[in-house]
Formats: sequence, structure tokens, C-alpha cells
Amino acid sequence: MKLDVNGNVHDVDAPPDMPLLWVLRDLLGLTGTKFGCGMAQCGACTVHLDGNPVRACVTPVSTVGARKVATIESLSPDASHPVQRAWIEADVVQCGYCQSGQIMTATALLRRVPEPTDADIDAAMSGNICRCGTYGRVREAIHLAARLQKGGGK
Amino acid sequence: MNKLVFTIITIASAACSGGRSSSGGGMVAAGDGLAAWETVRGVLQHPRCANCHPAGDQPLQGDEGRPHNQNVQRGPAGRGMVGAECTTCHGPANPPASYGAHTPPGVSNGWHMPTPEQPLVFVGVSSGALCAQVKDPAHNGGKDMAALRAHLDDPLVQWGWSPGLGRAPVPTPRAAFLAAWDAWAAAGAPCPAP
Repeated sequence: MKLDVNGNVHDVDAPPDMPLLWVLRDLLGLTGTKFGCGMAQCGACTVHLDGNPVRACVTPVSTVGARKVATIESLSPDASHPVQRAWIEADVVQCGYCQSGQIMTATALLRRVPEPTDADIDAAMSGNICRCGTYGRVREAIHLAARLQKGGGK
Repeated sequence: MNKLVFTIITIASAACSGGRSSSGGGMVAAGDGLAAWETVRGVLQHPRCANCHPAGDQPLQGDEGRPHNQNVQRGPAGRGMVGAECTTCHGPANPPASYGAHTPPGVSNGWHMPTPEQPLVFVGVSSGALCAQVKDPAHNGGKDMAALRAHLDDPLVQWGWSPGLGRAPVPTPRAAFLAAWDAWAAAGAPCPAP
């Protein structure tokens, strides 16, 4: 089947029930997206389908169809995306395992709510679990990313 | 005297109609209509239906109707909050059984719940209040009885009988539910006292 991932169309040979996450990591080598719980409970595997966040671990690849998949690798080749810059500046990451999912949800939020309130952030991010408890810095970084984005970032 | 005339007319009217209504097809006694409503009520207040018709803005989940994980909220259109839409985790169909019992179910027309303006609460309301609410277009999304009947074929309503691995389906067979609905409607959609 054809799969549009990060702007590149791939011819993927996968069983229809294979989770999109497996396809991304094992068949396409895009390992930035992480496996956490495997049941859409933690958010580590968050990617975008046509700009909307989805959990790749519970998305059978056959259901993707013509929708465009975007993974953490699509944000920038050099960590220059406003959300990535904010994440670095706020020193959000501790162990880092959940962070690509955190960043993909934050990016989707900022695209539709360019200047989110704390309540907007909490509502959007509550499905992205961080065992290190970086939630305070995640929130701070999203506010910072909003300012960077407004200042002319991507 | 006026009171007596009114009483006689009222009794005569009731006798002529036999306490029956023919709306929507065959004649059904109001008492049978109330019995049919009780079947309908049992379905609506089963967790498969009621979990997305909560009293507040947080949907429920599971056979016990516990508050939804991840602080999930109704959102401005009944489809979740920006960045945490229902469809972030609920796909276009129930996941394959190989995904396990704890994965979110899905439906073809997009997981959703009522809007905040008309939340159509099924949880914690009396049978009479539920009945009145369900058939009131001001509370049910502007639906008349025909539109309500059509809504019963909505994929998300039908999902209640095919909820996927790990969730109890609505125990009343769907055909029995539809028959009860039709009998209730044919009786004039009577409601128990609130």
C-alpha cells in the first residue's frame, strides 16, 4: 500500500492490521516515534494524520489511507522548529522517552491555538504521560514556543 | 356545573380513544407504551450508551462507568479538546482483537458525544426526566420523533451492540430495543411521572 510519510510516498508491504507505529519504526526506520504502552494510554507514539494527533500504536496501517502522516522527524532536520527550540531552551527533557509524543501533541495544539492558556495546554496534553514528571516544563515550553512562533518561527 | 361538563367530556374522550394512540402505526395502549419505554430506558442507561451521556463534561468509560482516563473532556463541539480530540485515540473501527482488550474502541463516523449546549444527560436522571429530555427537541439536538428513530441507526448507537473486546454489549437485543422504541412511539411516547 502507498503511505505518505513526512512528504515522501512509500510503497509499504505490511499486513493491513499492522499498527502504523510498527510500519514507521520497523519498516521505514523512523524511530523517533516511541512505543510506550501499546494501547493509546500514554501518548508516546503520537503522530499526525493530516495535522491531527493520533496514537500510532492503535492505528492499523490500513486505516491511514490517503491521509498524510507526519512524525517527529518532519518538524525540522536541525531542531530549529519553534517547539523544538522551546523544548531545548526550557530544558524540558529528563529521560526523554515520552518527549516526541509530547512535542507532536504540542505542535498540533499550537497550530490551532497559537496562544494557548494553561487550561488549553492541560486539556491538550493530559493524554501524554511523563513518568519523570516534566509537566511543568512542558507547559512552560509550550508558552515559549507560542512566543517563538509568533516571532516568525515555522 | 362547568366542572361537571368538563369532566364528562374528558371521560368521554378517554372512552372514545380507549387510552390508545395510533401515532406511528398500530394502536398501542399508553400502559404498554410505558412498559416499552422501560425497555428503552434500560438501554439508554446502560454504560455503552450512558458513558458518553454523562452528567458533567467528562465522559465515562468501562462497564462500571468510571471517569474517562487522561482527563478527557467534552470540548466545544462534543468531539474533545484541541490536541486531545476523541479521534486522537478512537479510530474509524474497533481495533483488531490482536491489539488486546484495553485499546480504545472506534466507529466509522468519528467518536463523539453530545454538544455542551445540549448534553442529553443519561446518567443520574429519573426515568421520567430522561424520557422528557429524550423527546424534547430543545434538549435532543433538535430531533423530532422521526429524526430520533433515524438516529437509532447511527453507527455510534449501533456500536453499543458491537463494542469490541473487553466491553459488555447492551444486553437487550437490538431488535427488541427497536421494537420497544417503536411501541413507545406508537403509544404517543408516554413518559412516567418525573
